[in-house]
Amino acid sequence: MKLKIATLALGTALSFSAQAQTEVQWWHSMTGGLNEWVNDLAKGYNDSQKDFRVVPTYKGNYDESMTTAMAAFRAGNAPHILQVFEVGTATMMAAKGAIKPVGEVMKQAGVPFDPKAYVPAVAGYYTAPNGEMMSFPFNSSTTIFYYNKDAFKAAGLDPNKAPSTWPEVTLAAAKLKASGHKCPYTSSWVSWVHLESFSTWHNTLFATQNNGFGGTGTRLAFNSPLHLRHFDNLANMSKQGLFVYKGRASVAVPSFVSGECAMFTGSSGSYADVSKGAKFAYGLAPLPYYPDVDGAPQNTVIGGASLWVMAGKKPAEYKGVADFFKYLSSPEIQSASHKRTGYLPITMAAYQLTEKSGFYKEKPGTDVAVTQMIRKTTDKSRGIRLGNFVQIRNIIDEETEAIWAGKKGAKEALETAMKRGNEQLEKFEKANK
Amino acid sequence: MAAEKRVFFQSTWLPWALLAPQLVIVSVFFFWPAGQALVQSLQEQDAFGLSVNWVGLDNFKTLLSDSAYLESFKTTAVFSILVAVLGIALSLGLAVFADRIVRGALAYRTMLIVPYAVAPAVAGVLWVFMFSPSIGVVSYALSHSIGFEWNHLLNSTHAMALIVTAAVWKQISYNFLFFLAGMQSIPKSLIEAAAMDGARPWRRFWTIQFPLLSPTTFFLLVINMVYAFFDTFAIIDATTHGGPGRDTVILVYKVYQDGFKGGDIGGAAAQSVILMLVVVAMTVFQFRYIEKKVNY
Repeated sequence: MKLKIATLALGTALSFSAQAQTEVQWWHSMTGGLNEWVNDLAKGYNDSQKDFRVVPTYKGNYDESMTTAMAAFRAGNAPHILQVFEVGTATMMAAKGAIKPVGEVMKQAGVPFDPKAYVPAVAGYYTAPNGEMMSFPFNSSTTIFYYNKDAFKAAGLDPNKAPSTWPEVTLAAAKLKASGHKCPYTSSWVSWVHLESFSTWHNTLFATQNNGFGGTGTRLAFNSPLHLRHFDNLANMSKQGLFVYKGRASVAVPSFVSGECAMFTGSSGSYADVSKGAKFAYGLAPLPYYPDVDGAPQNTVIGGASLWVMAGKKPAEYKGVADFFKYLSSPEIQSASHKRTGYLPITMAAYQLTEKSGFYKEKPGTDVAVTQMIRKTTDKSRGIRLGNFVQIRNIIDEETEAIWAGKKGAKEALETAMKRGNEQLEKFEKANK
Repeated sequence: MAAEKRVFFQSTWLPWALLAPQLVIVSVFFFWPAGQALVQSLQEQDAFGLSVNWVGLDNFKTLLSDSAYLESFKTTAVFSILVAVLGIALSLGLAVFADRIVRGALAYRTMLIVPYAVAPAVAGVLWVFMFSPSIGVVSYALSHSIGFEWNHLLNSTHAMALIVTAAVWKQISYNFLFFLAGMQSIPKSLIEAAAMDGARPWRRFWTIQFPLLSPTTFFLLVINMVYAFFDTFAIIDATTHGGPGRDTVILVYKVYQDGFKGGDIGGAAAQSVILMLVVVAMTVFQFRYIEKKVNY
């Protein structure tokens, strides 16, 4: 009998000490140096207090971790925090029973939380029509322009002046080609750079209902004369060997880093690769635009990911999530992350702190992405939030590849992409009624 | 005709007990998922499984009116025929040579079998490294020696050639092993008799070895078609991702794209069901018509 009581007491004591620290599971998709960054963030937080312990776990790339979380949710084992890339945003927002809005989490935990402290173009993207912040902005990037200064010099171009408009890019590409360059210009993320960011940059709609912010009845709208003009231009550049297509997603990055391609448009997050690998002088510049378009340049659109809180957890665990988010939003942590990764500082305070530290002067060009984003957004430029966006991007890749292969004209390809993309939107609308 | 000797077991439970492990495996890994696919193909659900609607045959209707899906059938047909025919022909050739080799036979055989140990995804990555436009070893050599610009990112023929090559390379070992075993089970006396009658190697092959190998060839045809339909997914995912455009999206890759990447469970399940039917139909067809031409 005595022994029984003793074991019982021991058991309760053990379970009590195990419960003293509430565990918060965090699934993410960061690899390499970014994985270390995530682990350091969790470690920094865990060392800073005693009540909660954040456990980061790598769950595959963005597609995979989202699918894994969906399956885990169905089985009742979802994590507390899930990192979801920006194209998954509409899907997550529509899954009302599966997620808990960040605004609500913070409010219930009694943690002060001011969405206005965040960079508008970033926070706006993750905010519901009713003004509630749905997810916590974590790693945000945007589309910028990179160029090889050495190649510019060799082609007789001014290495200190980046082409700021598309006609200038074409001219520079022609000069680079004349000087013997085989790949004057390439791009990663064709849909993100040349349709999504391109649209908001020119304050033009990519899709109806304010790019999907107005509701799920949205349809694609990228067959405007401006979009056609840009793709005609790119098609011509491709035909003349001025624009060389290197593949989907971020496959083109090594072509710039290796020096094969002289100009490149892509994610500001590629800065980490470029600064580490480029053996030539390079420059960062804002995304080019068409100067005769009213309202251009407006602001570019964000990429990257945010942190979603999954539904169905215990209140104490949500308290831990809120506390961790509070830690992540502090300007010091934000600014350090920004300098370390090249992702955007997501609060204004963090931006000011970074500026004060002299980082932008020390590493010129690192502020390009920030200045492109810190602007007052319009209804047309707040961001693009579509259901089934993963498939739509895939469709855009497929159809635009037909342009670069010379099989379809720009108009035909864009209109087919719209038609097929709209089918996806209709499907999403039907499934989420 | 010699009388057959048969042994009868009286027990009613013993055969079932002996079959049980296999039955459990088949039902857990085949019948259960297949049944689920069947159920899900009649539903439409959101990614998290929060709302499930029965939609009858809507998923199938959408698929069959989707031109991209129908095109994927054509792509799959071209791809699997190329893989099966090339894979069988090449490995048959290799087996014939390996069978005739006297010195170092073991070394040759081992080398030929090695690719089978390579995972499909690794095989895909290997080939994509060699053929990567402008930086791959092979594409660089092609462009600098004969001025041939290899670009599977934009040229569909190149892309198809790349995945067929990778898929065939991966499967040659398997085919080779069966052909070699088949060759070695042909009595030497038959071939020697033909040789004494003055038949040259080429003639001996076509009139004796090839007909006697027909059961093996038929078996490999079925296996290779199934391989091309299902197991080549990783190769495509590692090389072309279905591009350029949709020109290398075979049926099984589309299931992955829609179901896994797109979260469209209903549509992907409907595709799986159709794929299942296609393979069943193909196998039945092969057994009914082609098998008649096989002499065992």
